[in-house]
Amino acid sequence: MTDAYTGPIPKPTPETKPFWEAAKRRKLLIQRCGDCGQHYLYPRPLCPHCLSRNVTWVEASGRGRLHTFVINHRPPRNFPLPAPFIIGIVELEEGARLMTNIVGVEPDPGKVRCDMPVEVDFHEITAEITLPHFRPSAR
Amino acid sequence: MAFDARKMRGTVAIVGVAESDELGRLPHKSSLQLHMEATHSALADAGLKKSDVDAVFSSGRNTANDVPEYLGIRPRFVGGTQVGGCSFILHVEHAMAAISAGLCEVALITHGESGYSRIAMPAPRWGDDSTNNQFELPYGISGPATGYGMLATRHMHEFGTTSEQLAEVAVATRKWAALNPKAAMRDPITIADVLNSRLIAWPFHLLDCCLVTDAGGAVIVTSAERARDLAKRPVHVLGTGECTTHQMVSQMPSFTRWDAAVVSGERAFRMSGVRHEDIDVAQFYDAFTIVPMLALEALGFCAPGESGAFVSGQRTAPGGDFPMNTNGGGLSYTHTGMYGIFTLIEAVRQLRGECGPRQVPDATVAICHGTGGVWSAAATAILSTER
Repeated sequence: MTDAYTGPIPKPTPETKPFWEAAKRRKLLIQRCGDCGQHYLYPRPLCPHCLSRNVTWVEASGRGRLHTFVINHRPPRNFPLPAPFIIGIVELEEGARLMTNIVGVEPDPGKVRCDMPVEVDFHEITAEITLPHFRPSAR
Repeated sequence: MAFDARKMRGTVAIVGVAESDELGRLPHKSSLQLHMEATHSALADAGLKKSDVDAVFSSGRNTANDVPEYLGIRPRFVGGTQVGGCSFILHVEHAMAAISAGLCEVALITHGESGYSRIAMPAPRWGDDSTNNQFELPYGISGPATGYGMLATRHMHEFGTTSEQLAEVAVATRKWAALNPKAAMRDPITIADVLNSRLIAWPFHLLDCCLVTDAGGAVIVTSAERARDLAKRPVHVLGTGECTTHQMVSQMPSFTRWDAAVVSGERAFRMSGVRHEDIDVAQFYDAFTIVPMLALEALGFCAPGESGAFVSGQRTAPGGDFPMNTNGGGLSYTHTGMYGIFTLIEAVRQLRGECGPRQVPDATVAICHGTGGVWSAAATAILSTER
């Protein structure tokens, strides 16, 4: 089934590989700067806030808030999610932001809200790649 | 500060502008032909010959090698900055710097794009291991609409901006297009038409989104001294600014404030010495209705969060007190994929008084502003009939 996945499939690079390896184990890894203390995504071996190379991987809680979103009615060709679907920018509790799909809520602007609490919900697309999706928090 | 950009004020002028022979759906023309047509007409507009051109600036799918080859020009200054649709506004600043430094004297800034027909326009594709294909494309983004919409949603959430206010921009811009025979879409529309058009990526409806067309545009920049003796009255470059903050929208520093535009606008105003109330006409890149609204805030024409109120009541339409996108904009006149050059062309024509029924009376100061990428880059240029 996963062989038939028709959407874009990320191909990890050396600096992103730990992120994708962890996602396969249903863990959300982010990076933390040992100098300025800020967390960030996407993974790269320097802090985009202060340019320090003293950065480490940490596991995120997986909780955050939906900072903003759109509801896509015209998906790219062969994209596997049925339209309309929600593309969101989630701000994690730790402060890092990432793009994701918001699942488990109707793609209706009356039901999706900026700042609603969300939590990570991993979505396996191939044997190698699992995407971090998010859904409204259970509590 | 050791360097003061104010010394650049008025050092160069725009002396020639033109579009391609036709704009719209042109399956019989390649992107390079569109460059050529616009360049040919812009040189004629300036009263200059090909041999006068010693600098070429271009951007987009056709590189700074392709265009000189096609045109048979051997520039000794080459500008290929590519940060998206506003690149041509940055090129004005770069041409100003190069001309002021004595590296060249007559700069051609050229754009050609077969955005609709895709003639000689190979489709770009991100590599599987690009950051885009790892961190954005897997979530089903569809071109610029999804990324640009992220700011519209957050703006609505924080400031109470409404879909009706976004639609005001589309309606006002269409009224200007009705006065421009070159505009692709000239039939009047209402706010209800915008809200009833099909959803592309909520909060954007179809009529919140720019066109996709084939066209070219070219602008000739030279020193203020050389500009005195040419065919048309020069349009002086009083101030410019530029900035880029990100490539992927998920890396954008703020989803309510357009930081790149704040930076580009501050420098353009400081360099020019122009006050906001001196501006007679504005050409703001309108890839989507929210974009010129965020420009109004970032450039200081209104406070953060107040652009919805600012554009209400058709304030930017013909007869309103803030004439904006008087050619009909990317929303209704033309949008190839990289609209920036058309902001410059229309501003120059307004300042020369060449705009016929859409002419803003006695326009002497204009502002051009554009976006590139997905709110990634911004560039501003303040132009005037007076030096």
